[in-house]
Amino acid sequence: MKNKMCLKFDSVSENGGFARNVIASFLLPLNPNIGELSDIKTAVSEAVTNAIVHGYPDSVGEVSMIAEIDEETVHIVISDNGVGIENLEEALEPFFTTKPDDERSGMGFTIIKTFMDEVKVISKLNVGTVVDMVKRIAPTK
Amino acid sequence: MEIKFASSKGSLYIYLHGELDEYNAKSAKTEIENAIASSGNLKRVVFNFANTSFMDSTGIGVLLGRYKMLKKIGVPIYIQNPSVSINKILQISGIYEIMPKI
Repeated sequence: MKNKMCLKFDSVSENGGFARNVIASFLLPLNPNIGELSDIKTAVSEAVTNAIVHGYPDSVGEVSMIAEIDEETVHIVISDNGVGIENLEEALEPFFTTKPDDERSGMGFTIIKTFMDEVKVISKLNVGTVVDMVKRIAPTK
Repeated sequence: MEIKFASSKGSLYIYLHGELDEYNAKSAKTEIENAIASSGNLKRVVFNFANTSFMDSTGIGVLLGRYKMLKKIGVPIYIQNPSVSINKILQISGIYEIMPKI
C-alpha cells in the first residue's frame, strides 16, 4: 500500500506527544509490532524535541512532519525553519549537547540513528534543519 | 505524567506513571527533587518504570541530573522494571553503568 500525510504544528512541547500519536495512528494499517512502533515514536519524539528546543530556542515557529508509506517502508521527514545547527558533525556525536546546564543528555541523534534504518540530517544556519528517516516494517506477520 | 513516591528503610522509590518527555520533564524534576529533599536518612533512590508508557532522551537528562545531585551526597540510584523500549534507550545511553538495574 501507498499513503502519505503532512502535519504542521507550533514548536511548543505539548506537540511532542501529539506528533507521536499522529505517526502511530498513521502507521496502524501497516500493522507494526510494538517494538517497531515504539522505535518510530521515539525517533519522532527526538527529532520534534530537537526542533522545539534547539531549532526555535527563543521563539515559537513551525515544525512539519511528512510521512510516507510505500509497502513496508516508512519515510518520515521532520523539519523546522529555525536557527539551524552550527556544527552538524559535533551535534551527531553521542553525548554532545549545547545545553548541558539544562540537563540535556545529548543522545537524541544517537537514539534516532539506532532506532531507524536510515537517517540523514541536513541543516543550514538561520534556515533550518531537516531530519530524514527511513524504517522498514517487517511484512505482516 | 504522574509520579508516586514510597519510602522504606532509607530507600526512596519513584514510580513514573505515563509519558516522560520534554513536555513534562520540568515538573517531574521539581517533584522528584522535592521528594529527595524531604527524605531523611536517604540511602538509595530507585526509579521504577513499570508504568512508564513512553520515555525519550529527555528522560535520560532527568536521570543524569538527579545522579549528579545524589552523587555529591553518596546516594546511589537504581533502575527497576523498564519496558523493552525504555530498556533500549537506557542501554544505548550507558545509564546502567552508573545506575544498575535491579
